[in-house]
Amino acid sequence: MAKVLVVTSGKGGVGKTTSTAALGAALAQMGEKVVVVDFDVGLRNLDLVMGAERRVVFDLINVVQGVAKLSQALIRDKRLENLWLLPASQTRDKDALTDEGVGSIIADLRTRFDWILCDSPAGIERGATLAMRYADEAVVVTNPEVSSVRDSDRIIGMLDSKTVKAEKGERVEKHVLITRYDSARAARGEMLSIEDILEILATPLLGIIPESQDVLRASNVGSPVTLNNAASAPARAYIDAARRLMGETVTMMVPTERIGLMNRLLGRRAA
Amino acid sequence: MDAIAKPPRQLVRMRGRSYVAFVFCPVVPIVGWLEEIDATLARSPGFFVGKPVVLDLSAVELSQSAIAHLVASLEQRNIRVLGIEGVDEAHLTSSLPPLLTGGRPTVLMQSEPKKPEAKPEAKPKPTSLLLESPVRSGQSVVFADGDVTVLGSVGSGAEIVAGGSIHIYGALRGRAMAGVNGNSAARIYCQKIEAELLAIDGYYQTAEDIDASLRNRPAQAWLEGDIMKITALN
Repeated sequence: MAKVLVVTSGKGGVGKTTSTAALGAALAQMGEKVVVVDFDVGLRNLDLVMGAERRVVFDLINVVQGVAKLSQALIRDKRLENLWLLPASQTRDKDALTDEGVGSIIADLRTRFDWILCDSPAGIERGATLAMRYADEAVVVTNPEVSSVRDSDRIIGMLDSKTVKAEKGERVEKHVLITRYDSARAARGEMLSIEDILEILATPLLGIIPESQDVLRASNVGSPVTLNNAASAPARAYIDAARRLMGETVTMMVPTERIGLMNRLLGRRAA
Repeated sequence: MDAIAKPPRQLVRMRGRSYVAFVFCPVVPIVGWLEEIDATLARSPGFFVGKPVVLDLSAVELSQSAIAHLVASLEQRNIRVLGIEGVDEAHLTSSLPPLLTGGRPTVLMQSEPKKPEAKPEAKPKPTSLLLESPVRSGQSVVFADGDVTVLGSVGSGAEIVAGGSIHIYGALRGRAMAGVNGNSAARIYCQKIEAELLAIDGYYQTAEDIDASLRNRPAQAWLEGDIMKITALN
């Protein structure tokens, strides 16, 4: 049974695209057949993070408008053979998306893949509402700060009212993914704590991704962080989150950077 | 010259009018059929009174005397036969009701006094609204008919508008407006007060006005004259 998962947040810059790529790659590494779909029409990024920007021929809008077939627009990842990308158009805007068009593409993708990860644009307008429209599950990406948490709360309300599932009286399964978490700053009270975020959002936690240079490094080389350096702290956190999506029980912890022996020695010497 | 004054001729006025007649279709044996009539009369004795009745004899072959006997039997039962249908005119004597032709079938309408339709008791409008899930940022719940109860939190940027009181079993981080229809007795209760704005009957306080010592505690707000009071609940 294919699952449609929307990665959304309301607020921009919190890590939706990074999380979509990382979770998609992690699920694909677990043997699932995965497609990541970029819904950010006009401001596409997922192709860059996936390192597929030079292979884009057709895009989501071409398929919606019947110019290209779905199979022509799908781009297979070079590293993982069961990971695919459906890119967004950079020259159009969100008005080019139609409810029926998105519905038929999602229905088609359901027959071909185990997981359909929809990378939502920021905001609550057409692009974001259509990205979540056909979702079975949702990952709400949240940074530990009040503005992000409030926007996430708004998005959760929309997931409960604007999706096809909600309109049928069913529930979209929702998960909170906390990104850019800095445990040291949280301990100093400079960030919202995990407990505060979960209390405000009243939604189960999928994972905590630590703030890390590895994330930026990975997107600069066009690789999902889980593929670029699977041993890094954010990659391990994303892999744990993907295992939870698969229904495994994984104890929740904040992975920290492993300090190498040399660093430790250097650290000591400096002290 | 005799002048004979002729009385002015009176014009005969005639009007057409149609009546719906009961048509009896006797079947053999006639005795058995009459028993059916008796049974009908036993159930409702006045059923045929004042109603025109026509005998349709096309289904039976009756002699002249038998027809006379049948008509007499009906008269005994207070059923006056207006005319007879479906027989040869030769079978009828002048003492019998006349032959009728050209009748058209019609549907009998029961003109019973219509019972006032038992309307399903109009449900009294609910006077409270229960929300079993958190109210999220950006959602607006408006219920002008009474109280609103929320089992969960009201997020920052969400609002609850109620004609009556507002009860929140969770944190109130958004706006709560009670007594919007001029109900100054309405109150706002919450388990944790972090509200952006509280209003009762148009009087309001923003987060800045709410005493910091109340923050994050269970509290209630009500109106005393035109001053809003907010106190901790325990």
